[in-house]
Amino acid sequence: MTPALRELASLFPPTRLLTQPGELAPYASDALTAFRAQPLAVVLPESHAEVVAAVRWCAKHRVPYVARGSGTSLSGGSLPVEGGIVIGLNRMNRLLRLEPKERIAVVEPGFINLQVSLAAAPYGLYYAPDPSSQPVSTIGGNLAFNSGGAHCLKYGMTSNHVLAAKVVLPDGETVELGQESLEGVGPDWLGLFVGSEGLLGIATEITLRLLPKPEAFHTLLAAYDSLEKAGEAVAAVVASGLLPGAMEIMDALAIEAAEAAVQAGYPREARALLIVELEGETPQVEAEARYLDEVIRASGAYEVRIARSAEERMKIWKGRKAAFSAVGRLSPDYIVQDGVVPRSKLGQALAEIERLSERYGLRVANVFHAGDGNLHPLILYNGRVPGELERAEALAGEILRLCVALGGSITGEHGVGMEKRAYMPEMFSSEDLAAMRRIRLALDPLELANRGKMFPGEAPAAHSHGAHPLQRAGVISGG
Amino acid sequence: MSTMVLRPTSPAEVQEAVRAHRRILPRGGGSKPALSTPHQGQTVLDMTGLTGVLEYDPGEYVFVARAGTRLAEVEALLAQHGQYLPFDPPFVAQGATLGGAVAAGLSGPLRQRYGGVRDFILGVQFVDGTGQLVRGGGKVVKNAAGFDLPKLMVGSLGRLGVLTEVAFKVFPFPKATATLQVDFPSLAEALEALYRLLGSVIELYALDLVPPDTLVLRLGGLPEALPARLRRLEEFLGRPAQPITGSLEAAYWKDQNDLNRLGEGCLVKVPLSPKRIPALEEALQGVPRRYLSGGQLLYLAWSGPLQALDGLLKRQGLPGLVLRGVVEKPLIGLNLEQAFARKVTAALDPEGRFQPYAAQN
Ligand SMILES: Cc1cc2nc3c(=O)[nH]c(=O)nc-3n(C[C@H](O)[C@H](O)[C@@H](O)COP(=O)(O)OP(=O)(O)OC[C@H]3O[C@@H](n4cnc5c(N)ncnc54)[C@H](O)[C@@H]3O)c2cc1C
Ligand SMILES: Cc1cc2nc3c(=O)[nH]c(=O)nc-3n(C[C@H](O)[C@H](O)[C@H](O)COP(=O)(O)OP(=O)(O)OC[C@H]3O[C@@H](n4cnc5c(N)ncnc54)[C@H](O)[C@@H]3O)c2cc1C
Repeated sequence: MTPALRELASLFPPTRLLTQPGELAPYASDALTAFRAQPLAVVLPESHAEVVAAVRWCAKHRVPYVARGSGTSLSGGSLPVEGGIVIGLNRMNRLLRLEPKERIAVVEPGFINLQVSLAAAPYGLYYAPDPSSQPVSTIGGNLAFNSGGAHCLKYGMTSNHVLAAKVVLPDGETVELGQESLEGVGPDWLGLFVGSEGLLGIATEITLRLLPKPEAFHTLLAAYDSLEKAGEAVAAVVASGLLPGAMEIMDALAIEAAEAAVQAGYPREARALLIVELEGETPQVEAEARYLDEVIRASGAYEVRIARSAEERMKIWKGRKAAFSAVGRLSPDYIVQDGVVPRSKLGQALAEIERLSERYGLRVANVFHAGDGNLHPLILYNGRVPGELERAEALAGEILRLCVALGGSITGEHGVGMEKRAYMPEMFSSEDLAAMRRIRLALDPLELANRGKMFPGEAPAAHSHGAHPLQRAGVISGG
Repeated sequence: MSTMVLRPTSPAEVQEAVRAHRRILPRGGGSKPALSTPHQGQTVLDMTGLTGVLEYDPGEYVFVARAGTRLAEVEALLAQHGQYLPFDPPFVAQGATLGGAVAAGLSGPLRQRYGGVRDFILGVQFVDGTGQLVRGGGKVVKNAAGFDLPKLMVGSLGRLGVLTEVAFKVFPFPKATATLQVDFPSLAEALEALYRLLGSVIELYALDLVPPDTLVLRLGGLPEALPARLRRLEEFLGRPAQPITGSLEAAYWKDQNDLNRLGEGCLVKVPLSPKRIPALEEALQGVPRRYLSGGQLLYLAWSGPLQALDGLLKRQGLPGLVLRGVVEKPLIGLNLEQAFARKVTAALDPEGRFQPYAAQN
């Protein structure tokens, strides 16, 4: 043991300082398993003070570190820095305070997303952001990635539901950002911190805003014989002035996967399914449902189902929520992409993705948040076939560039992480990136906090398998 | 004191101005004079030359415009398509600009329904203290790429950069609205009703507390559902409610938008949560004031010495922002400065060009 490690061992009991290869293996990657890196050690703090101690140790010895929740990041966001420290926050999982009257909950970062709504349920309240990973992902990870879900158009992303956070900065200093009010004065420092992907500090205490559960839901499932028609139906709903809580589309391959996995009872032969959910006060939802009915009828759906009970509603959502993991049944491996396009360009984007899929000879399943233009193409490949992973990555890259070219974004909710940092220059100019980097360096001059993520050119975090597709194409240079 | 006023008409001219002048104060419509009145040595950047809507497709719910564009113009354009800025920026008729609304971080009564300005800003372009033109965020309703610079600019008071362009999410305005005014026998009963409403399934576009004990509620939605919802609401409240109807209804809220009508003196914004109200009410007797958005936001007009209000807010553990009045520093009450703030500010404005309250240095 080096003196530095001995010092770390004096800060954490042996059960909460992992250094053996077998103990470290589960932390070597996140849900994007194509990237792996070996950390020097994993520490499992149980308090704010222990997080401060770990961060101070890293600063003193110039050891890079990554904060980690449940490791469900799909973009390599919680991939360790080779030879660095993982600060695992799963043990900081207490609900510190629930004030139903004020509609706030204060939690530790390792608290699980779904547990917030469960804790609030007895008071008729819930926590709105609902990533599909909500049964496992942590509030700290959600905050760092500004996670989204099916309800973002109406309710916004995680950032719109976080009121305050206690944060350990990369030099070990503690700051309080935000306050209990929905309003604030002065620059929105918390707004900057949320979504900063672990590069600006570690949140150790998070104040969340709760909402009353809607009184009524109206959930509709419409089947189409083309993706285009489903896309146009979304535009028509928006044009009618309705503001649904969620609008989701699944294509034929996604339907097949979901049916095989959970038997949601979807029309199997459909080329596209559209799920629209209205929510709110009963009289209002009833009136809106009549408008929605007219719009959907005019949109060329060949079958329309309305959930008549809570069970029927859950069944419709079950298929959608299971779609990602279900695709695993169709293919040994897949990459989930997460681009955004303006809603009016959805049809064009989907047609283009279909063309790309044919050109690359790889199947692509589409499941997406249609109301936000947030695409989730799932690129199916077989990692055992030489060259297929590289082809899948190249296809993923083309999809991201397509999204930017159409005026959208390279990520709607999964973050930039390790995976998409090479694409940041597609979306931002060098001046834009330089300003973000200046902020990063002002807070973390040694680039210790989650080094190598989000920004191209920062020291690489890991050795992946070969050059990035954009690198090979000569579009970008460096790591 | 002589002040130089420049009126750039392009982002490039803003860059030039920032590079050429030691101290800069951006100003929009000047509707918040405490924030936009220059101190010694400051060059005013009058942003009203940077106007115009750049992109607006109602089907996208997205709106992009130059920062000097007047809110009145924006609202008129959106209204043609049945849409609005749901955070309900104040001072529309007083000439407030988009950039000024974002930089001041101000929202109005309708923020109750969907949220404040931070919840609707999607993208920004600004000139930082080194004269670089920087873009953050994007022009789609959902985006997670890079640091969220758009949110950072909300409430930044021109301190972190000069906004040249902003992109917003917009929503359809309800097809019909109705307003009820309900008096309660005491503040405690009004607050109890406020809490019950906030925890209920009833969705309100506005929920204001007018001291001492009146609630003003605004419902919105489809016209055919409104009568039933109004009946339910009255039952829920269990008290007689005076409706405000027809053209009076719209006029009432337009009036509220001009916060200057609150009264003379310094106009101050105080963010809070409803549990703070009883103690504040004891301290604020006789001060013109109104609580917006279910007790999350207080605007008050303060005629006494500002130091007294500063002390009062500090004792209550609350911050405040002075919007009108002559002040050294518009941020009063609880000091929210911390290391994160200092470091980010230094990153975007290393030479302190936008240092607005230390012109005497
Ligand atoms: C009731 C009332 C009283 C008035 N009293 C005075 C007075 O005493 N003295 C006087 O000179 N004028 C006064 N005026 C006139 C008015 O204040 C002036 O025309 C003026 O100073 C400007 O703007 P806004 O409403 O757009 O936001 P502003 O008040 O201009 O700005 C609010 C904040 O946003 C910042 N800001 C604005 N635009 C940008 C941008 N693009 N990027 C970054 N930051 C920005 C400003 O620096 C400021 O911090 C008064 C007006 C009214 C309605
Ligand atoms: C099946 C599946 C479905 C998914 N669906 C969605 C979806 O619908 N929407 C969506 O947005 N995402 C989705 N994701 C992605 C992922 O679940 C989210 O990004 C989630 O927020 C990650 O949470 P986590 O606790 O696993 O964080 P981790 O993966 O452990 O960490 C994510 C990032 O947050 C940082 N971090 C973690 N904790 C802290 C902290 N306390 N302070 C500072 N930084 C911290 C890490 O350093 C890392 O950069 C999905 C993932 C899977 C596997």
